[in-house]
Amino acid sequence: MPRNPARRRIISTAAVVTGLLWLATGCGPEYLVLHPVGPVGRQELNLIVLSTILVLVVIVTVFGLLFYVVWRYRDKPDNSAPYRPEWSESRKLEILWWAIPIVIVGILGSFTVKTTYALVRPPEQNVKPLTVQVVSLNWKWLFLYPDQHVATVNYCEIPTGVPVQFELTADAPMNSFWVPQLGGQEYLMPGMAMQLWLQADEPATYYGHGANFTGEGFAHDEFRVVAVPASDFQEWTKQLQQSAPALTQAGYEQLKKPGLMGTASYGSFPPELFKDIVWTDGGRYMPGMMDMVSKPAGMTNAATGMNAMSGMGH
Amino acid sequence: MLSALKQFGDTYLMWQEGPLIWISDILILVTLIAIVAALTYFKKWKWLWKEWLTTVDHKKIGIMYLICALLMFFRGGVDGLLMRTQLAFPNNTFLDAEHYDQIFTTHGTIMILFMAMPFIFALFNIAVPLQIGARDVAFPYLNAISFWLFFFAALLFNIAFVFGGSPDAGWTSYPPLTELGFDPGPGENFYLLSLQISGIGTIATGINFIATILKCRAPGMTLMRMPLFTWAVLASSIIILSVFPALTVALALLMLDRIFGTHFFTILHGGNPMMFVNLFWVWGHPEVYIVVLVAFGVYSEVVATFSRKRIFGYASMVASLMAITVVGDITWVHHFFTMGAGPDVNSFFAVTTMMVGIPTGVKIFNWLMTMYQGRIRLTLPMLWTLAFIACFVIAGATGVMLAAAPADYQFHNSYFLVAHFHQALIGGVVFGMLAGMYYWWPKMFGFKLDERLGRWAFWLYNIGFYVCFMPQYALGLMGMQRRMYTYPAGMGWGTLNFVSTIGAYMMGVAFLVIVAQVLYSIKYGERDVTGDPWDGRTLEWSLPSPVPHYNFAVIPTVTGRDMWWTLKQEGRTEELRPRPEDIRDVHMPKNSGRPFLMGVAFFVAGLGFCFWWYGLAVLGLLGVAACLLLRSFEYDDEHEIPAEEIRHVEASLGRL
Repeated sequence: MPRNPARRRIISTAAVVTGLLWLATGCGPEYLVLHPVGPVGRQELNLIVLSTILVLVVIVTVFGLLFYVVWRYRDKPDNSAPYRPEWSESRKLEILWWAIPIVIVGILGSFTVKTTYALVRPPEQNVKPLTVQVVSLNWKWLFLYPDQHVATVNYCEIPTGVPVQFELTADAPMNSFWVPQLGGQEYLMPGMAMQLWLQADEPATYYGHGANFTGEGFAHDEFRVVAVPASDFQEWTKQLQQSAPALTQAGYEQLKKPGLMGTASYGSFPPELFKDIVWTDGGRYMPGMMDMVSKPAGMTNAATGMNAMSGMGH
Repeated sequence: MLSALKQFGDTYLMWQEGPLIWISDILILVTLIAIVAALTYFKKWKWLWKEWLTTVDHKKIGIMYLICALLMFFRGGVDGLLMRTQLAFPNNTFLDAEHYDQIFTTHGTIMILFMAMPFIFALFNIAVPLQIGARDVAFPYLNAISFWLFFFAALLFNIAFVFGGSPDAGWTSYPPLTELGFDPGPGENFYLLSLQISGIGTIATGINFIATILKCRAPGMTLMRMPLFTWAVLASSIIILSVFPALTVALALLMLDRIFGTHFFTILHGGNPMMFVNLFWVWGHPEVYIVVLVAFGVYSEVVATFSRKRIFGYASMVASLMAITVVGDITWVHHFFTMGAGPDVNSFFAVTTMMVGIPTGVKIFNWLMTMYQGRIRLTLPMLWTLAFIACFVIAGATGVMLAAAPADYQFHNSYFLVAHFHQALIGGVVFGMLAGMYYWWPKMFGFKLDERLGRWAFWLYNIGFYVCFMPQYALGLMGMQRRMYTYPAGMGWGTLNFVSTIGAYMMGVAFLVIVAQVLYSIKYGERDVTGDPWDGRTLEWSLPSPVPHYNFAVIPTVTGRDMWWTLKQEGRTEELRPRPEDIRDVHMPKNSGRPFLMGVAFFVAGLGFCFWWYGLAVLGLLGVAACLLLRSFEYDDEHEIPAEEIRHVEASLGRL
């Protein structure tokens, strides 16, 4: 450890700057969270960077003080540093370190609240969003496109520059839908529909994975999000509608059985499938999904007695 | 006959599962035979029963907690090493998914509930009565019950691996994965019942220490004169009492779902899995403070003692303990920001979570200021404390980062989170427990642990820690999820995982060095003849080591904070020496075998419920009821130590 305070200061400053550069540039493309490609992931990264800077202030201060104090006041016979065994109060100092963390929490707290509210709105207001329904199964991902009437398994194609409203549920244990480069995750639960906004700005194939433990096949519970220009997306859905096989109710029951599989594409699916899945397992919806609350025709299961919104309001 | 044995072996002992089970079976058998043989050969059965199994002495109960905590540290650590071995390389096949899932579940559950909890209870028991000038805890018999419930719950949980199968749904045990539909075997029942049984013991311990601290202090020991460790135990016990019932309820309802077919946590029939998640974390988050506040208490004692200086900002330290106690109870939702609670709820809990950082930061600065202008001795307890400050600042920092809800959407369930909570729980709790163990070891056993081996363990463990867990922060940012038993080669996760595994093995070696240190020190450790080997400040250092079983021959009258230190400064230590004419007969609680038998009965009942064997379950519960009833009719539960005997003991210790 350098004994010279000036040199120590230079070293700690250099450490902070290096740390920030590391965060800003990322260490490489494999650091998915540090390389977001859409507005949601970017807002989250901004908050990560801000919080890192704020906590580094505390870390550097404490490390500096710790090393200094231990070195200066170590117990050896020729240490000339002052020794005041009874000194134990200082109103001024204590006010100072009650205040510093309060200020830091104030700053970070307000940015946190701002971003939290921003993320429940579509990231792009002027573009018509795309809706994709996601069903987590043991251990595979079913994607339904209610407006395009196509469906896929273990991959999901989306147009670039268009906000995507993912509607999430599970017909299996709780899972979590995570595409690190597009943005943070949201859970999927049986009998409950939830939603998550994401958007990709650059065409590429993105890694996605279930993030909540679902049992034996969890480690392989992977999918891809393929972002393509809007025109290619139109082309792709048309192609699926024309040439891909239909997903039938019986086909869905087959998918539901525990196991792993590759990708699959379907040109159509039972129109009420997502709603049926949510209602068969209980029928609850996240606030703000009122349009989906109407019960599917012919549903007379045990869930009928339930108020779809009860308990989930806030 | 042979086929019946094989049938039994395959159904309950899982012999078809391969070498991992066989090796465990053999190890367990060999250990059992060795223990029985040793006890018989050395004729120690009676000693074991009279001195330990039936004891109600807080010091002995503390030692038993400590031994169990170290054993469970070993078991949990082996689990950790097995996981790290599996994850050292991409696509590794050392463990299959089923065993990996069981092992990460038992690792988490054991480390929190069967390692950290008994470790803090060891220190509760060893230090608190001595620090406040009491002869025992408020309810010594209940204290023994708490220990034996913990002991048999831990046993129940541990035998699952070779008898019926370990739970495999994570230590968080979220439904619906843990409902019968997805998880039919007895494994999950082992989790529910063993946690329930140890939970009863824990709540009793919380009550016991609140009562002890509030009602059993020596005259003059006002609240604001109490050592900060005792304050920390009070704070921890208050949290135990306020949140453990939530765990009890969550476990009980899930057990009803599994054993009697109710639907508390399935949406389909009107239940809601979110209720479990809420109840679990209403307990689960404050649980972190239950263990870490006790560690904070240890650091406060150690920093003051080894800086030879009064603790800085005592009132602030007490206030921050209490602030964490309260605020820590309203942060639990940060464990599921990603479960769609909406921006209002997430914002509230994000800010409350960050607020916990405020009193914690104050404590860190106060420890630093305690060292400032002191005289710092780098003994083992102090080294672990300094390592804690460095480590915990980073843990707190990443905790604040995780508290920012939208950032958490990216960190949640990733290795970033895994790295964070290991840093908080190892850097915060394990370092603190080891510091406490080294600090009070001479008080417990009458000798110090070897300094040189201890330093080896310290550096190995610390360097190992950073090598193990720093790469995991990076892995989280690379998108690696927790609880994956394997990962593909193409993600770039291989190198960092390999590095992390090396670090884990360094920590494993460090543990072995600590074991070697204990064994070496039993024979060669520096004997503590003064009772005050560290130049301590609080009452326990005024007593001989080990402490006679009645603790204080004469209950002291306390005149100030850090009284022992003050008396030493002023050359008045004679005031705490007992004078022969002041020594009176002492009433102490009688030993009893019933707490132990009650533990056995709970074990039997738990085992019965695990396998849906209701006959056995009822038998066990009847045993529990019998123990309770017999206690209710016990009138003569105290014995008297005559003053003459105490005088004799004190004289033999050179104190008269």
